[in-house]
Amino acid sequence: MGSRASTLLREEEIEEIKKETGFSHSQITRLYSRFTSLDKGENGTLSREDFQRIPELAINPLGDRIINAFFPEGEDQVNFRGFMRTLAHFRPIEDNEKNKDPTASEPLNSRTNKLLFAFRLYDLDRDDKISRDELLQVLRMMVGLNMFVSQVLRMMVGLNMFVSQVLRMMVGVNISDEQLGSIADRTIQEADQNGDNSISFNEFIKVLEKVDVEQKMSIRFLH
Amino acid sequence: MVLFLDFNPFDNLLCILLGISFTVWFTLLLVFIIVPAIFGVSFGIRQLYMKTLLKIFEWATRRIERGAKDKNHPLHKPYSNAIIAKEPTSLEEEIKEIRRSGSNRDLDSASEFEMSDIFYFCRRGVESIMDDEVTKRFSAEELESWNLLTRSNYNFQHISLRLTVLWGLGVVIRYGFLLPLRVTLAFTGVGLLVVLTSIIGFLPNGRTKNFLSEKVHLMCYRICVRALTAIITYHDSENKPKNGGICVANHTSPIDVIILASDGCYAMVGQIHGGLMGVIQKSMVKACPHIWFERSEVKDRHLVAKRLSDHVEDKTKLPILIFPEGTCINNTSVMMFKKGSFEIGSTVYPVAIKYDPRFGDAFWNSSQFGMVSYLLRMMSSWAIVCSVWYLPPMSREEGEDAVQFANRVKAAIARQGGLVDLLWDGGLKRGKVKDTFKEEQQKLYSKMLVGTQEDRSRS
Repeated sequence: MGSRASTLLREEEIEEIKKETGFSHSQITRLYSRFTSLDKGENGTLSREDFQRIPELAINPLGDRIINAFFPEGEDQVNFRGFMRTLAHFRPIEDNEKNKDPTASEPLNSRTNKLLFAFRLYDLDRDDKISRDELLQVLRMMVGLNMFVSQVLRMMVGLNMFVSQVLRMMVGVNISDEQLGSIADRTIQEADQNGDNSISFNEFIKVLEKVDVEQKMSIRFLH
Repeated sequence: MVLFLDFNPFDNLLCILLGISFTVWFTLLLVFIIVPAIFGVSFGIRQLYMKTLLKIFEWATRRIERGAKDKNHPLHKPYSNAIIAKEPTSLEEEIKEIRRSGSNRDLDSASEFEMSDIFYFCRRGVESIMDDEVTKRFSAEELESWNLLTRSNYNFQHISLRLTVLWGLGVVIRYGFLLPLRVTLAFTGVGLLVVLTSIIGFLPNGRTKNFLSEKVHLMCYRICVRALTAIITYHDSENKPKNGGICVANHTSPIDVIILASDGCYAMVGQIHGGLMGVIQKSMVKACPHIWFERSEVKDRHLVAKRLSDHVEDKTKLPILIFPEGTCINNTSVMMFKKGSFEIGSTVYPVAIKYDPRFGDAFWNSSQFGMVSYLLRMMSSWAIVCSVWYLPPMSREEGEDAVQFANRVKAAIARQGGLVDLLWDGGLKRGKVKDTFKEEQQKLYSKMLVGTQEDRSRS
């Protein structure tokens, strides 16, 4: 713990992150504390395991997809800059009013970039298209395994809870692959405009044009 | 003449000085610390000590803040304060809201799935990355003001000469004076405990033995309390646990045991260790019945429950002391209580323990420090200050199962101690969260998809 003082952020770094992400000085120092407390290996980067140690994230059905958003293609570690760049997508948009600079590139928390974050959660193979298969897989993540499959798996692993599992089978919700399949078909049908049976980013934006993205994909800071 | 010159007068002087200082030292120790411990009285020295220290800490903090502002250094902010505002809305409410805002259809035909549903999980996930309720409970609480211990400060750089001198003085006092004093006391306390309980063990069972055992235990724990310079305030002592009951408390460190046992007699529960701990445990059980388990027996829940209920039924035996969290938490929250002790069916006496971290953080981070280095840290802090509240006894009510009873007790303890009441398991310190929680979320979402299908088929 005594070594923390030596890993304080340098003033120049804070300025750079401020310019790139739009976070304020105190927000950056607070998030840096958070970053260092998650970094159990104390090597200045976070791995996927560091994220999975957060219980509330581990129980999120799309937890793994969200963790993936922090890691660029093929990488296993994310440093503080990358961490902040991803978190910046969730800054509220009103905060941008103060720094209106017409020549600057689009801020990370613009409506389009927030939608891009969500789009990438669906686009498993990063080919800029959401195919029927990818949609099905994400749907399956959100509703959980078919009840019977999960019970069988659990029975194979540990038998003590057998009775309570059986009871739960009777009250649980079971969504079959066919049901999910028809949901996926309907969704693609409504969104697809160029007939390629998948959803591109522009089609995605069109489908969600009325949704209040600015509010639903923003996290309010207390300071 | 030659003989006279060989004899160095300074050696003699040195010996005399050493002799005198040792005598003075031990007399002071005896008069001010050990004798009061035996009789359970206090001179109030520790209270005065505490007040003086507080004033110094406030000055030190103000000095650091001023220094940081002058030099324009960023101050490390304690992150245990909330960073973000979390909406308490449920999964169902939020997803419906998102759908409503984006719907171009009329509201009667509710859709079963929208691509925007993912926003809910996105935001919740990123919120938990920025700030979650669990991971911060397993590391020591960060302080707003500095207490002159480098271990609890992240802003300490050379700000002013006066501050550094004060800190240096603090180091000298703590390690040069307080630490040796406390270590001596600790050895005295533990040594007396082992020796006296073994002697009492030879007496036949009866009233005399119990009486003496009580006195010996209390005296030795009080010496240990002084060995840590623990300043404890007991509240509501009329609710102190009685024979045949179970005392439950929130767990922050092994010191909890010493704190509670110096004010009342309990039967301890635990695993038999080897080494010094084992010696202490074996001699303690000679004087009065404690419940020690072999390592192999700990896993057998029925055996544990049986021994506990047998003990509780015998009204001559002391109340059992149990920490249902099962692990040390950092004293900002109370985590899930394991239901084992609440199934036994006797009266439960809840106790809330709240430490004041300004004088020395008592939380034992067992992944960071072993027991010995932890104790050394404790003995080289300024003091351990805490409050103990004895809550009114509780019993399991009609129609309440062990888990609900445990949660009720936990809520009472959390409320009294000003701690956050969490449902999460303290075992998450080391282990992974169970899949069942994720499945609950998935079930909730599934109901949203399927539920609307049923409406459709009806219409």
